[in-house]
Amino acid sequence: MEILATGPLNTVQDLGRFGYRNVGVTTSGAMDPLALRAANLLLGNAETAAAVEVQTFPFRLRFDQDGAIAITGADCRPVLDGMPLPPWWALPVRAGQVLDLTAPVSGARSYLAIAGGIDVPVVLGSRSTALRGDFGGLDGRALQQGDRLAACTAPPPDLPATGLGVVPPETALAAYFPARDETGTLVLRALPSGEHDLFGRDAERFWAQEWKISAQSNRTGYRLSGDPIHPDTPVEMRSHGLVPGVVQVPPAGEPIIQMSDANTAGGYPKIAGVIEIDLWRLGQARIGSRIRLERSDVATAIAAEKAVEAWLSDIRHTAAMVTDALAGMAGRQGRNKDED
Amino acid sequence: MNTLATPAIAAATEAAKISMIGSRAFLVEAPGAFDLPAQRRIWALAQALEAQPDVQELVPGMTNLLVLLKATPADPQAVLTRLRDAWAASAELDRPGRLIEIPVHYGGEMGADLPAICDFSGLPAAEVIARHHARTYTVFALGSAPGFGYLHGLDPAIFMPRKKVPSLNMPRGTVTIGGMQAGVSVLTGPNGWNALGYAEIEVFDPHAAHPALMAPGDTVRFLPERIEL
Repeated sequence: MEILATGPLNTVQDLGRFGYRNVGVTTSGAMDPLALRAANLLLGNAETAAAVEVQTFPFRLRFDQDGAIAITGADCRPVLDGMPLPPWWALPVRAGQVLDLTAPVSGARSYLAIAGGIDVPVVLGSRSTALRGDFGGLDGRALQQGDRLAACTAPPPDLPATGLGVVPPETALAAYFPARDETGTLVLRALPSGEHDLFGRDAERFWAQEWKISAQSNRTGYRLSGDPIHPDTPVEMRSHGLVPGVVQVPPAGEPIIQMSDANTAGGYPKIAGVIEIDLWRLGQARIGSRIRLERSDVATAIAAEKAVEAWLSDIRHTAAMVTDALAGMAGRQGRNKDED
Repeated sequence: MNTLATPAIAAATEAAKISMIGSRAFLVEAPGAFDLPAQRRIWALAQALEAQPDVQELVPGMTNLLVLLKATPADPQAVLTRLRDAWAASAELDRPGRLIEIPVHYGGEMGADLPAICDFSGLPAAEVIARHHARTYTVFALGSAPGFGYLHGLDPAIFMPRKKVPSLNMPRGTVTIGGMQAGVSVLTGPNGWNALGYAEIEVFDPHAAHPALMAPGDTVRFLPERIEL
């Protein structure tokens, strides 16, 4: 496919680059891994296949061969050759068709997956773009107008001509994630981290207040603005390993939440860590929106993780059933090859 | 690698500080001084945990170790106990490495924070520079950016706190001091460490079999190639 129009900082991402933190390589990977995994499952791809993460719009591309696509994540009101598509949808495409994605009304990032997955070289075990380091993805950089991306060779899935969709996780998994506040504030669950207690009374203010996601927020991290918090005495830490979701408090007192392109190490005092299963929701939080952190525990995290896996497993089975039925009608072998 | 004999009393006296980051990462921080013996025990701990089936990644830091599990543990308290015991059982592990010599252009435009380091230390610039290249450094850990080596061994007279407001666009190759740590930046970008010179080195190649030039345990020496005051 050829990129006809794109905003800055749209990149090729898979689930991330693991195992190289100890040489300083950030994991990168989709900011909303649920959306990426669902898109891949709809197409019969491996969950780890690479897709395009679109976070600036409008995004426009032309397919140069027949295949199939899935669009998930923030509803970017996709239009294929003038035909509006539902959100969280997969369907066949033909060479020459043009796809338009426009700025979502809610959510921050959309994922465009293609049958077979995007074919860029695997670097250090992943196809994710490492913008800090200039490797991975397409030549280690964000996509530009005129770029061409190919799909890895794969038989096109037998999708219904009109497509196949899933109920988005915000709805399907509502029982396992905190509801938004009345004002629309996103509630994220977190556990206290190493220096939490050094913040004394300010720790309570950290949990109680609503924080705004500042304009200085991106794939590396979200800077929060609000009423500053400080440890009772200044802390000079030795540098240590970090993971996405860690909530650090620099000297100015406004927290930073590290995200997919996080530094692998840092030394600011950390007051909390967002549980990993909630990070996809933060990945969809927009600049200027509000969040609140809620104290949680591992039992809650594990329950949410199980629900997510069950939801993904449902998508895998349903998509396979539909494509097998269609393949059967067409006299071809479907996805469940080992059942023969 | 050799295991150095450690008096048993050292292992028994102080417990490590262990805390969680999110749902499946645990940070083990060595008690006591920021020194090579503590780092050697961190290396030993990492080696001991390497084969544990529930461990996904181990990230050594500066006298600390981040232990990332494959899944959220149902009983984090049991993990804390296990890590505490593993720390107590860790003797020092020596990692004799390579010697890496880095020629440095001290001062000038790329040593923009040298005046601030002089102010803070009360030493003249020539003395700050002399103390910087007189020492032999040990790579304690890699992190932050691809291939960046955290160096231990800085002369305490030139310890310099990280900046309150980071430099926005520090060039790669900048020779820096961050608190009691030394380093050479590997990416151009925002940086809170203090610049005192410049080095032309390639520390990371993602396409190489061994992407990072440095490894924990390596020795680094800075060679004064040019001094511009």
